[in-house]
Amino acid sequence: MLGRLTWAAIPFDVPIVMTTAATIGVVLGAVLLLVTVKGWWPYLWREWITSVDHKRIGVMYMILGLLMLVRGFADALMMRTQLALAANGTMGYLPPEHYDQIFSAHGTIMIFFVAMPFVIGLMNFALPLQLGVRDVAFPVLNSVSFWLTAAGVLLVNLSLVVGEFSRAGWLAYPPLSELAYSPGVGVDYYLWALQISGMGTLLSGINLTTTILKLRAPGMGYGRMPVFCWTALASNLLIVAAFPILTATFAMLLLDRYCGFHFFTNELGGNPMMYVNLIWIWGHPEVYILILPAFGVFSEVIATFSGKPLFGYRSMVMATMAICVLSFLVWLHHFFTMGAGADVNGFFGIATMIIAVPTGVKIFNWLFTLYGGKIRFTVPIYWALGFMATFVIGGMTGVLMAIPPADFVLHNSLFLIAHFHNVIIGGVVFGVMAGYSYWFPKAFGFKLNETLGKAVFWCWCIGFYLAFVPLYALGLMGATRRMQHYTDPQWQPLMQVALVGALLIFCGIILTAVQLAVSIRARHRNRDLTGDPWNGRTLEWSISSPPPVWNFALLPQVARTDAFWAAKQNPQEMTRLMGQRNYESLHIPRNNPTGFFVAFFAFILGFALIWRIWWLAVVGLIGLLAVGLMQAWRTDGEMQFTADEVAAADRTYPLEARAA
Amino acid sequence: MSAAEQLLVASATGVPLSQRGPAPRRVVAGFGFWLFLLSDIVIFAALFAAYAVLSAETAGGPSGAELFDHKHVFIETLCLLASSVTCGFGSLAVQRAEAASVYFWMALTFLLGGTFLALEMGEFRDLLVQGAGPSRSAFLSAFFTLVGTHGLHVTIGLCWLVVMLMQMATLGFRPMVARRFFCFGLFWHALDIVWVGVFTIVYLGAR
Amino acid sequence: MEAQLQSAQGESPGVSVRTYGHRRTYLIGLAYALVLTIGSFWAASTDLVFPPGVPVLLGVLAIAQMGVHLVFFLHISSAPDQTNNVLALAFGVFVVALIVFGSMIIMANLNHNMMMPAE
Repeated sequence: MLGRLTWAAIPFDVPIVMTTAATIGVVLGAVLLLVTVKGWWPYLWREWITSVDHKRIGVMYMILGLLMLVRGFADALMMRTQLALAANGTMGYLPPEHYDQIFSAHGTIMIFFVAMPFVIGLMNFALPLQLGVRDVAFPVLNSVSFWLTAAGVLLVNLSLVVGEFSRAGWLAYPPLSELAYSPGVGVDYYLWALQISGMGTLLSGINLTTTILKLRAPGMGYGRMPVFCWTALASNLLIVAAFPILTATFAMLLLDRYCGFHFFTNELGGNPMMYVNLIWIWGHPEVYILILPAFGVFSEVIATFSGKPLFGYRSMVMATMAICVLSFLVWLHHFFTMGAGADVNGFFGIATMIIAVPTGVKIFNWLFTLYGGKIRFTVPIYWALGFMATFVIGGMTGVLMAIPPADFVLHNSLFLIAHFHNVIIGGVVFGVMAGYSYWFPKAFGFKLNETLGKAVFWCWCIGFYLAFVPLYALGLMGATRRMQHYTDPQWQPLMQVALVGALLIFCGIILTAVQLAVSIRARHRNRDLTGDPWNGRTLEWSISSPPPVWNFALLPQVARTDAFWAAKQNPQEMTRLMGQRNYESLHIPRNNPTGFFVAFFAFILGFALIWRIWWLAVVGLIGLLAVGLMQAWRTDGEMQFTADEVAAADRTYPLEARAA
Repeated sequence: MSAAEQLLVASATGVPLSQRGPAPRRVVAGFGFWLFLLSDIVIFAALFAAYAVLSAETAGGPSGAELFDHKHVFIETLCLLASSVTCGFGSLAVQRAEAASVYFWMALTFLLGGTFLALEMGEFRDLLVQGAGPSRSAFLSAFFTLVGTHGLHVTIGLCWLVVMLMQMATLGFRPMVARRFFCFGLFWHALDIVWVGVFTIVYLGAR
Repeated sequence: MEAQLQSAQGESPGVSVRTYGHRRTYLIGLAYALVLTIGSFWAASTDLVFPPGVPVLLGVLAIAQMGVHLVFFLHISSAPDQTNNVLALAFGVFVVALIVFGSMIIMANLNHNMMMPAE
């Protein structure tokens, strides 16, 4: 009746899990109670849960990412503490079967449920505004994408309390992830959570690529788009091309586990190495999916706060598209040691070194943008400067490991761990934090507290170096990844320094929450009344903060890059940019519960498949079909704002006053 | 002037396509669906790659050369190819808003697609009966998954076709319905392209 | 016939009238595809072709037929409004080729170096 699900699935005998679950339950319960008592449900349902507005969906992605950052970071702190303690034969406080789940959950959550939501959230919020249009190409699909990601989040978090998580690392290599060696539900939780959220991500990739290529303001040819839009294009093209590989590979593993197929098993002809090969054909583009939008944010931030146009627009674009193509030519560097031989290893080693070149071009372009500019040291620029130093170091260690003989020593050591955290934290996290600070006023209409923002930066920056430089040393000394304890006492002091670094980063995360609370309290003092708090260069700063639901009352007529900046220098240009004030009626998509219900039934389906509750899976499928059919027959999907309504709203926002 | 008028002026005065502002809905929907199709073809690429790598791993069991019947596959191929043409004729009828014509050509498409599926399921049943199921060897796992995924797409396509005909019956030829028929056509033709790869690599390639 | 193009997002709904293709296009495509299909099946079973060349011939015929489908059924062309479609297709073909041939080469190398000899 309930498949494999029994009361034994809940780990009553594991105090850490039970305490965490109780805490989450209490907090969640309190929040739900507060919302109910205050009568906020209709507002939340109408304005957020069923919203198809890219600005709202972008904000929800960021909230999701922040919440999961806390969960993923808790895993990190637990690992750091364990390793600071478990030297010399002591076993620490985390037995191996728990430690294995923790490092698997940490990687899975950080990549799929923190970094991806952050990056997709920023792109969602900013792209239509920078492109000068009203929304993304497929607003309802956008909502579906977000909620599918949330369904994946729910499954992963549920695994903490009901059942177990995978112990096979964040990529679940067979044969360990096959049924014979992982007979529990852990790997199934992992696979179904990622299949569901992966579908959401793929749809998002299609949505945003279509938006950039087919929906731009009049006059905005490809050569006049902001560089952030180019990096977002490359990133989303990679999503469309790479995520299906993940779907197919996981599907093959699921067939092995559920139907006794032999793709990657040890017996009857299966080939586990094929899984590693396929998963990294996805895996390498994935990291470029994460970093390219961050590069785009830095291009915007550095140009804005230097008061100069970005140096080398065309070389930036070419470097971006080169990275897009090259990212598909390097994947074997993740498994040099698997034995492909010198010829193949040599090709991929050289390709990996080549891909560093376009990134170098970008770094030099940013430096030349800063050079000779009148730099304003705001929080976003702090993150940009921190990024330039940190990411370059991380990139260099990557090029070091691109040499196969060096990689044979360093593969799967803590040196590797330090390298990828170096580029992901120094690149992606710093980029997301810069974008968050930069676009926050546009989203909410008031600025974040600058002093606290700088404190957050220093905690992250110093904390990162303290946490990961020791790991470079440890890797060279022979320490491997995913180890629960070690015997060499010389490693322990370095592990302890790393723990201090992690705690400092934790302070940064807490300060982010404090900064948010303080800024909300002080919002009336820090209101952004002009829509242009940073003296920006691109179109999003030409509308109010927050923008009206239709973004632009009149689509701007773009004639060059940095169109808004040019308009501010020249009143005639401003008039030309903003066009004649001939308001028309606008048809804006209504809010739509399809996304929420698709995710609801996807969650039911996923949970049912994990626990092999077949009748419940059928319920999930029927539910999905029903929601799809209801959406197919929906004919009242848009609401109309009359020309007068649009005009009235627009005239409360005097653009001409600022241009003077 | 209105946005629509601006668009007409832009196309007349030689403004490049990339600068004419947001594209019409049909173009946006069509391109989005084209990207989705490309992503679907990447899924098939991964399955083709797995098949290519594992096709020799018969684990002592039967191989493709022993199992496959070219005549059977030829008939399946003709069914699918013909259904592509009838689907194309149906698309033309949709553009001309000729309901009876649409029903006729799409019903033919459905029949031909259904015949393809029936033939394929018959083949699978025969293989299972003789102990050559997907759990027998890696080769058979890859075969059933690749060909089965294609068959699953055909099945979904047929269900979608039925829904589209119901939409036409209840909602008429409004732009939303026409867009969806266009996407269905793209989907159906793409499946035939994938089948060309399947019959060439899997069936004709097994020697 | 130049008709009003369908509205873009945010504007009031319009009417779309834009035709793609004629029956003739589909029938020509069918003819080419039939020839190529019959050719493929013949090539796989004939003795007239040098055996190591048969896979190459099959590959050429398959690619040709995919091209026929793309041009005659999917209306891919070099027209400016098809440029995005063509570029996306090119990127897709690049990725597909990489996945299939890249995997085959790598796995052949790995198998050669790492797998146990067959029993």
